[in-house]
Amino acid sequence: MPVQVKGQVLDIRRAGAYQVLSLTAPGISELTRPGHFVTLGIGGEESSMLLRRAFAIHQVQSRGVYGGTLDVVIGVHGKGTRWLVDRRRHDPIDIVGPLGRPFVLPKERVACVLVGGGYGSAPLFMLAEQLRERGCRVDVVLGASTEEKLFGALELKRLASTLTITTDDGSLGERGRVTDVLPELMDRVDGAVVYACGPMPMLQRVAEVAQERQAYSQCAVEEAMACGIGVCMTCVLPIVGEDGVTRMLRSCAEGPVFRGDRVRWAEVGTIPPDTLGAPTEGGHR
Amino acid sequence: MTRALISQGPMPGDSAVPFVDMTADLAGVELPSPVLTASGCAAAGRELDQFFDITSIGAIVTKSVMLQPRSGRPTPRMAETPSGMLNSIGLQGPGIDRFIDHDLAWLADRGARTVVSIAGGTVDEYAKLAARLRIVRGVSAIEVNISCPNVEDRGQVFACDPNSAASVIQAVKRHSDPRMPIFAKLSPDVTDIVSIAASVVRAGATGVSVINTLLGMVINADTMRPHLAGVTGGLSGPAIRPVAVRCVWQIRQAFPDLPIIGMGGIRTGLDALEFVLAGANAVSVGTVVFHDPSAPLRIHEELQRALAERGFGSLADAVGYAHRPPDVTAEVDDDLDFITE
Ligand SMILES: Cc1cc2nc3c(=O)[nH]c(=O)nc-3n(C[C@H](O)[C@H](O)[C@H](O)COP(=O)(O)OP(=O)(O)OC[C@H]3O[C@@H](n4cnc5c(N)ncnc54)[C@H](O)[C@@H]3O)c2cc1C
Ligand SMILES: Cc1cc2nc3c(=O)[nH]c(=O)nc-3n(C[C@H](O)[C@H](O)[C@H](O)COP(=O)(O)O)c2cc1C
Ligand code: FES
Repeated sequence: MPVQVKGQVLDIRRAGAYQVLSLTAPGISELTRPGHFVTLGIGGEESSMLLRRAFAIHQVQSRGVYGGTLDVVIGVHGKGTRWLVDRRRHDPIDIVGPLGRPFVLPKERVACVLVGGGYGSAPLFMLAEQLRERGCRVDVVLGASTEEKLFGALELKRLASTLTITTDDGSLGERGRVTDVLPELMDRVDGAVVYACGPMPMLQRVAEVAQERQAYSQCAVEEAMACGIGVCMTCVLPIVGEDGVTRMLRSCAEGPVFRGDRVRWAEVGTIPPDTLGAPTEGGHR
Repeated sequence: MTRALISQGPMPGDSAVPFVDMTADLAGVELPSPVLTASGCAAAGRELDQFFDITSIGAIVTKSVMLQPRSGRPTPRMAETPSGMLNSIGLQGPGIDRFIDHDLAWLADRGARTVVSIAGGTVDEYAKLAARLRIVRGVSAIEVNISCPNVEDRGQVFACDPNSAASVIQAVKRHSDPRMPIFAKLSPDVTDIVSIAASVVRAGATGVSVINTLLGMVINADTMRPHLAGVTGGLSGPAIRPVAVRCVWQIRQAFPDLPIIGMGGIRTGLDALEFVLAGANAVSVGTVVFHDPSAPLRIHEELQRALAERGFGSLADAVGYAHRPPDVTAEVDDDLDFITE
């Protein structure tokens, strides 16, 4: 169950193209599981930026001098993320979390492949740790357009049996995309589950690779969100249910982690005509 | 520093909120608080109940429900704008049957007061919705969202035409329990909101909810196309507050006794007070919930404190207070000026 707390900036440090923001978050860190996210209030109480910004929870610490704390990894995108990275130690930040449905962990000791695109590797750290604790083999693939935009390669290397890196420009690791190396890796380690977080086209391809091998995929999506708590219906995407019916589900409440084979990737951003309650001809009346 | 670091909820040292009778009277519906949620900004209460006790505010106004399940529009469905946002959700929802079984039943069990918002594409659909609600428990009032295109009139929005607005309200009134309060939710996108209010009142509306969103649009400078998949969207949030206050003021001026639920950009108790002084008997809080999920309860407390600070013993005394005649002392001064001349 999410809570809203007044946190404070403990630390903000650069990591390649990103900034890692550490916050006090009493009551949130204790409840966090890998794949959960938080939303942060932007611009203070009188802000003209009303909407909170969503960030995957990267790390948590539930004990210590500050009570619970958490880290998020921020890539500057527009005004809101710019405001966040301009914060200083002790600045107050309004935090809501943990939000969403986390990654589902396997019951058996199977081989798991974790795929992160850009800052999408942020939630994979806690996940890798917990999978390892369960005795699962963990292999990680990280990709980005360029070396600067990879996040956390060194630390993930420590947590994983193998780490494969790809960059679009070849500045580090193999030149190309994560999905170029994924099929071969899946076959080599006999991967049973793929966990992925990153841009939508990457997730789509990861889900396909998993499905071709009858492996599970757990994909954390990123959709624009107004509320982050499930009340506004802005963050929906077409998901096939167990009954075979497609519904527009909220990525903040029923996601952000979805089974890859349930998402109608090619139709994200549309209402597939066979969706429950889809418009008849010429849009909704 | 450590105190601020762990502070949650009211700051230490905050005195208890002084007593003010916060009962809101909406023509027969008595609410313990004048603060309601706004339709479409609180779903059916479940999610917000995680952040504050939803039975402690006036009522949950549920997302406008239609007869059939509805997928809504494609994404992107929202854009942030200065002190506000545009939305183009397209009334995604489960349809009235599932709503009654799933959402309304939960709200009733939870003990929350509920105002059910309904929406339709034809007068007949509104009538059927009202008839369905006649036989269920746990509905304090019906809010009729008439900001929907009328499929029988080239998609002209009901709320923008006095006659279509009236026929919807008439139909809802006829098919509802005669004691059920009916609030018509008005659109600000009209030349004369008072004449629409007059029309729905004549058709039998118990009161009005003002305002719905204003039609707006954002063009994405990167794609150089409309940002929303639905092209246009509804503007809400503090950016529209002065428009909303003006609408409440005009309607109160024309109808001294009409129950009014005011809304549009309320963020604090002082914002809510503005609506009350302009003539609202109760207020709804919408977009600001996205910014601060516990806002409805906070706004209730801030409003109570603001009323106490101004010497009001009850909310009712403050309703429409900004309409009072000019202060008598000013007249005395005028007289003195006249004498000394
Ligand atoms: C579940 C989830 C997890 C995320 N995790 C991270 C993370 O770990 N690190 C990180 O750097 N970013 C993350 N993001 C993306 C981050 O929320 C956006 O980059 C941020 O909202 C952009 O805000 P802005 O004001 O800088 O950009 P602007 O473009 O000015 O934002 C305008 C509006 O659009 C929304 N928006 C714009 N881009 C995005 C986007 N990519 N995703 C969602 N909303 C967007 C904003 O929330 C805001 O309401 C995540 C998003 C989601 C939904
Ligand atoms: C995301 C969103 C969805 C909305 N959905 C509805 C709706 O279903 N029915 C309705 O009558 N009003 C709807 N509204 C309008 C609000 O109820 C309210 O009238 C308006 O937003 C102004 O108040 P605010 O500025 O406090 O949000 C919606 C507003 C938003 C932002
Ligand atoms: S962001 Fe509001 S429902 Fe998901």
